[in-house]
Amino acid sequence: MATINERITKIVSERLGVDETEVKKEATFKEDLGADSLDVVELVMELEDEFDLEISDEDAEKIATVGDVIEYIERHQ
Amino acid sequence: MKGQHALVTGGSRGIGKAICLELARQGVNVAVNYSGNKEKAEDVAKECQSFGVDALAIQGNVADSASVQAMVKSVIETFGSLEILVNNAGITRDTLIMRMKEEDFDAVIDTNLKGVFNCAKAVSRQMMKQRYGRIINISSVVGVLGNAGQANYVASKAGVIGLTKSLARELANRNIRANAIAPGFIETEMTDDLPAETKEELLKQIPLAALGKPEDVAKVVSFLASDAASYMTGQTLHVDGGMVMP
Ligand SMILES: NC(=O)c1ccc[n+]([C@@H]2O[C@H](COP(=O)([O-])OP(=O)(O)OC[C@H]3O[C@@H](n4cnc5c(N)ncnc54)[C@H](OP(=O)(O)O)[C@@H]3O)[C@@H](O)[C@H]2O)c1
Repeated sequence: MATINERITKIVSERLGVDETEVKKEATFKEDLGADSLDVVELVMELEDEFDLEISDEDAEKIATVGDVIEYIERHQ
Repeated sequence: MKGQHALVTGGSRGIGKAICLELARQGVNVAVNYSGNKEKAEDVAKECQSFGVDALAIQGNVADSASVQAMVKSVIETFGSLEILVNNAGITRDTLIMRMKEEDFDAVIDTNLKGVFNCAKAVSRQMMKQRYGRIINISSVVGVLGNAGQANYVASKAGVIGLTKSLARELANRNIRANAIAPGFIETEMTDDLPAETKEELLKQIPLAALGKPEDVAKVVSFLASDAASYMTGQTLHVDGGMVMP
């Protein structure tokens, strides 16, 4: 079974079409990974499916970096 | 469009029925939504099948987001994809504003305007994933002109035009197009109720001097859904015999 980290990396790289090596914890979705706001919404929806949880709009707005996502998922799993 | 899949709200009667049949004729598989008229919707689905496509009747109240979500989920599960959404379901509760009850206003806005929001929202995820979608919303000529005795209906139909523009801008870079059609006076149960004098008065305002047919609207829906319209989004097409010339 892949770790949370690996699962997130895979989703982010597939969704944003970036290499898995670029998906570092400190990478920001908008600046570093070139996501637009629709990409971020789609990403959040995909993470909800993958980890079977619901991310509120309020929490989703606070997500800026890959590390934020990992931390959020770990806390809510 | 052959082999694509469409959901048409309010497909059991009138303009919606004609839209379902026209799409089926073009080889599109159709989910025929209805609110109460199960038998009529099933008849429409059967008629669609005679064109060699898959078709099903599906109940759902567009004004109720939970009902819409369940309906869209079931349609996507059955079809496997959903390329076309036609928001056609609509109601009227006509009366002069002084006599219009709050319920009359709310019911019309909930079905005609919020219904479009509910359905567009419910399909947006699938269409975004597909990187492909066509949303066609049925507004009305009176949404552009205004009309005495229809404050609720006019507000809802003008709202649909604005909503269409927002959808178009928001979803454009996911290859999802959203356009509206503003039909004029079309011969359906909705217009059958009009008194003869009203109809005569109406004809005077129509340059082409005739009421439209549901098929006239259906043909334009089919055009907007097709790749012939691939460079159009956020537009409102007037199918009204020339009543509005924007
Ligand atoms: N006729 C005209 O001259 C004209 C002109 C301009 C615009 N339009 C617009 O064109 C559209 C179709 O009109 P029409 O004349 O064909 O109407 P219609 O003959 O009265 O049919 C209305 C359709 O909407 C469905 N419906 C109503 N409320 C619903 C709800 N809450 N959830 C799901 N479905 C619902 C009905 O289902 P059931 O059969 O189950 O009740 C029916 O299939 C409407 O949006 C209308 O405003 C019509």
